Amino acid sequence: MAEIKLSHLKHSYIPNPKSPEDYALKEIDVTWRDGGAYALLGPSGCGKSTLLNIISGLLEPSEGKILFDDTDVTALPPDRRNIAQVFQFPVIYDTMTVHDNLAFPLKNRGVDAAKIEARVSEIAEMLDVTEMLGTRAANLSPDNKQKISMGRGLVRDDVNVVMFDEPLTVIDPHLKWKLRSKLKELHQRVKATMIYVTHDQTEALTFADEVVVMQDGVVVQIGTPVELFERPQHTFVGHFIGSPGMNILPCEAQGDRAVFEGHSVSLEGAVGGSGGETALGIRPEYIQIGSEGVPATLTKIADVGRHFVIDAVVGETHLKAVSESPPPDAGSAVHLAFNPRQTRVYRDGWLATEART
Amino acid sequence: MRTENQRAWFFVLPVLFLVAFNALVPMMTVVNYSVQETFGNNQFFWEGLGWFEQILRSERFQAALGRQFLFTGIILAIEIPLGIIIALSMPRKGFWVPVCLVLMALPMLIPWNVVGAMWNIFALPKIGMLGYFMNDVLGVHYDMTQDPLAAWITIIVMDVWHWTSLVVLLCYAGLVSIPDAYYQAAKIDGASPWSVFRYIQLPKMKTVLTIAILLRFMDSFNIYTEPFVLTGGGPGNSTTLLSIDLVKIALGQFDLGPAAAMSLIYFAITLLVSWVFYVVMTKDDPK
Repeated sequence: MAEIKLSHLKHSYIPNPKSPEDYALKEIDVTWRDGGAYALLGPSGCGKSTLLNIISGLLEPSEGKILFDDTDVTALPPDRRNIAQVFQFPVIYDTMTVHDNLAFPLKNRGVDAAKIEARVSEIAEMLDVTEMLGTRAANLSPDNKQKISMGRGLVRDDVNVVMFDEPLTVIDPHLKWKLRSKLKELHQRVKATMIYVTHDQTEALTFADEVVVMQDGVVVQIGTPVELFERPQHTFVGHFIGSPGMNILPCEAQGDRAVFEGHSVSLEGAVGGSGGETALGIRPEYIQIGSEGVPATLTKIADVGRHFVIDAVVGETHLKAVSESPPPDAGSAVHLAFNPRQTRVYRDGWLATEART
Repeated sequence: MRTENQRAWFFVLPVLFLVAFNALVPMMTVVNYSVQETFGNNQFFWEGLGWFEQILRSERFQAALGRQFLFTGIILAIEIPLGIIIALSMPRKGFWVPVCLVLMALPMLIPWNVVGAMWNIFALPKIGMLGYFMNDVLGVHYDMTQDPLAAWITIIVMDVWHWTSLVVLLCYAGLVSIPDAYYQAAKIDGASPWSVFRYIQLPKMKTVLTIAILLRFMDSFNIYTEPFVLTGGGPGNSTTLLSIDLVKIALGQFDLGPAAAMSLIYFAITLLVSWVFYVVMTKDDPK
């Protein structure tokens, strides 16, 4: 177990990268606490798998360093970094029994037999696979296979970090939540540093204490699930997290107010910086339908069970709102009140308003 | 109410027809010959299982069968491991992949009798390149027309040259289908190269290897053209394999009854051994 530090990390798959576009990873500088549960969240192709492979040692970064507890491991091969990785689809040794699969990493490291037995039965019990120990791994169902691949990572008690690369991709939906809560439980029991790579916000937000959101090789925001939801640092985070995502509306900034479709809206704080394109960001959850605020027409109401998702139009701009109580019918003219604490301005995508203290 | 569409049977008919005319009917005529004796004029006399008994008891058949098993055993023991080793050492990506694949496929593109003729000319002492090189350059006595051991070595090397590629190509196909994640996981687990082979590559190659072994067994057990062209079964009877002997009996001596009985025994042995191979190799596949 270790603290993981990525220092000025850059990576390009092109031999002689010149422009920033040549980099799959552009300058990553992160420190991960020992024993924490982290998620790397981003759309496909954002560089999260590249980053994962760099941490595991399958890939050497073009620039920068990786430190495990202040030891530079940048040039070390995977087997000397003491890490574990769980892949997208279950990687198991088909011809071995479940028991031998779990014992394999320990055997290769020359651990003595008594200790192997103790660790294997401990991990098997943790994963609820004790009764399968004697079966050939090839005969297991996909979710159990994935459990075994996790088990091979957890069986070593000296791992620096356990990494998960979209581990629930091939698991049936009804088993996903089971495995997800199992993972959370495992993290609490083994206290290893865990990094979970996914493009699924639900998986990231339920698993991690802290989520790293990536886009185009850049870390856009690092924060707790609540921080990501409440105060996205970038319109991408606002849009990517939440369902439906944040409303991003073109606007003009004026001091601590924004003018949107001719209506002045108050913000969480003063707008900093100048130039660039400004946009108003507000989550649908913080728009209230009532008699005050911006006049709008409702265009569509969708009952999604827990709440209603409302499509509305203000002038020419479409936006979404969420309401717990049944809203007026589509076509009605209403007023939308924006919660000022949750209304902010983004300049060229990045947060430009100061937080109110 | 359950309605079944019986018209589907019509689709099976053409295949049934084909199989009947290229396998079942010829096979039944052989069965017919195997239980009868003829002295010409299309007159046949019932013989029962006499021919079968005669063939099974004859030393000539037993010797040919022994040679056949020896030949097949040796070439399997060489071609399968060699094929795996070559497949493992072939590049997985890049410029050399198509080059290797084409080079590997070349021997298999050559007609069987041409292979026999090529090796015959190649190996003949004095005129063949190999024969000349062995005898006159290295000074090692090598004459496959006189020396049974030299004849055996030549037909085995020829078969290895001709058919190892098949094993290589099948194994290679199995190898390239292994996702990278397996190798990465093995690295992380600290597996040795031998463990990677034993627990990842070999199990993933198993299906294609089963096919390779079955094909090589059947082909080598039924081999005729190449050794016939190369050594003609000689010197003496030393390289007379089962099929060569069978042709001698059927077409040389025109003993239709014994030849038919021998064909059926030959067929039964091939079928039986193939079945045993198959059962042994697939016995612990997941159901």
